[in-house]
Amino acid sequence: MKNKMGISQIALLVLLTLLAFVFLLPFYFITINSVKTFSEIMKSPAALPSSLQLKNYEIAIRQVSFFRMLFNSLVITIGSVGGMVLLGSPAAWKLVRVPSKISAVFFTIYVAAMVIPFQSVMVPLVKVASEGNLLDNRLGLILIYWGFGQPFTVFLYHGFIKGVPYELEESARLDGCNDFTMFHAIVFPLLKTITVTVIILQTLWVWNDFLLPSLILYAKDLQTIPLSINRFFGQYKNQWDKALPILVLGILPIVLFFLSLQRFMIKGIAEGAVKG
Amino acid sequence: MKQQNRINRMNGSYWVATLPGFLVFLCVVLIPFFIGFGYSFTAWNGIGKHAAFIGLENYKDVLTDDPKAIASIFFTARFTISVVIISNLLGFFLALGITALKRGQGPLRVVFFLPNVIGGLILGFIWRFLLINGLPAVGEFLHIELISSPWLGDASTAFWGTVIVYVWKTAGYLMVIYIAALLSIDQNLFDAAHIDGARALSILFRIKIPLIMPAITVCLFLMLSWAFKLFDVIFSLTGGGPFGATESFALNIYNEAFLYNNYGYASAKAVVFTLLVALLTLLQVKATKSREVQA
Repeated sequence: MKNKMGISQIALLVLLTLLAFVFLLPFYFITINSVKTFSEIMKSPAALPSSLQLKNYEIAIRQVSFFRMLFNSLVITIGSVGGMVLLGSPAAWKLVRVPSKISAVFFTIYVAAMVIPFQSVMVPLVKVASEGNLLDNRLGLILIYWGFGQPFTVFLYHGFIKGVPYELEESARLDGCNDFTMFHAIVFPLLKTITVTVIILQTLWVWNDFLLPSLILYAKDLQTIPLSINRFFGQYKNQWDKALPILVLGILPIVLFFLSLQRFMIKGIAEGAVKG
Repeated sequence: MKQQNRINRMNGSYWVATLPGFLVFLCVVLIPFFIGFGYSFTAWNGIGKHAAFIGLENYKDVLTDDPKAIASIFFTARFTISVVIISNLLGFFLALGITALKRGQGPLRVVFFLPNVIGGLILGFIWRFLLINGLPAVGEFLHIELISSPWLGDASTAFWGTVIVYVWKTAGYLMVIYIAALLSIDQNLFDAAHIDGARALSILFRIKIPLIMPAITVCLFLMLSWAFKLFDVIFSLTGGGPFGATESFALNIYNEAFLYNNYGYASAKAVVFTLLVALLTLLQVKATKSREVQA
């Protein structure tokens, strides 16, 4: 068969492409207006800029200390998600491979905990965090993320490990392999697919999270991207020539991350949903 | 199985693997959760050292003496229902369209998914600009009154504003799940249906939809639990306004705790919130089970 496009194919493609442009409209609006003067934004927000006010960006980068907040977001996300994988994967492995009552209790608690909304933990959490010296401290926040990430991480790994054949571990065991070597040399490499899913889903959460870090970090030089943006908007409400460049800069890192890894991300999310 | 039991015992390494994560989880999630449950029976305002025990007073107030909380629950319900339906329909049709395409699938998938990677807080601010300045200008230009009105200033348009923003954020995520489900259907089924002369519509209703029922359940459940807990999009888009018209229950609890410092009362609301979420989850699990038996 020749690769000829029928009329219905073309119509469908045109329709979906139009829809895609509608989806991109918000990005178009904030980007073109981020390089206009304030009066131009107000007068003609839909038009292309008459001159490029790159100065807006200069001011924006300085005012929110962009590189500082980028660094904070990176440290907190990497530390949090890395820890979730390290704590969650061996736990899920043991819970699957040792079918005891205690394992069942652990797993049930984790599944039940996924229902708890953050609002019913947040008030006492601040108190517990202040008593544990976790407030206003990046490491403290990372530790808290480990706890909040544990149920879902274990849940995802648990579902995956149930489908991993046991023979390999059995023969390694007969060869005298200990648990530690077994996990990091044999089991963990088999979990690559689900590890990618865990990393993607938890990264999207931690990177974009606002409420939890807003309760833990106060100092100006510890702010993550969402915190910084919120603080900035509190000051410059509706001064769009100042605010829009910040928004563009704020979404840039995660959008670039997504575009460069989109194949893995889309696959990872489909994978996570099947297991979830 | 027997052999597995013999080798895999609850020895030292079992605890090394499972305990560290559990202890962190215990300290930052479980213990605060139960402390919060305790607070819900007090009049604690966060300042005094000792909180006065007032029994079920807080719960009585939530249910009988707090029209704003009740209104926020109704807003949340209305919002959740709208978003679950619209976002799933859009996500499903996008998936149907994209899987039917012979080329251009990749870039379209990326575009529709893109809004999802951006955090709710920033999305809210982006759409504030669009709804306050961007769309009204386009509406004036095109002489469409519906678009040119200031969306966030009016209760009913503000509601639909939040729905649009949230659908825009989530439809692409659901689309990805639906695409994966549609692609996993055995192609031979379609070929057989074509040979039997089946029309596109009956292929959709007799083959596609029944076979992706598990994905539909997952997507309904995902949207339900996300929408019901909606916080940051509202926080940045409308702040709950105008006059509390778009205040979600999650935002109402947040304000009670951190704006008015009524920690005890906020904790009682949070317990009600947890119960509602748990109830929804149970209904969901039940519905899923009965459907799986059918299939």
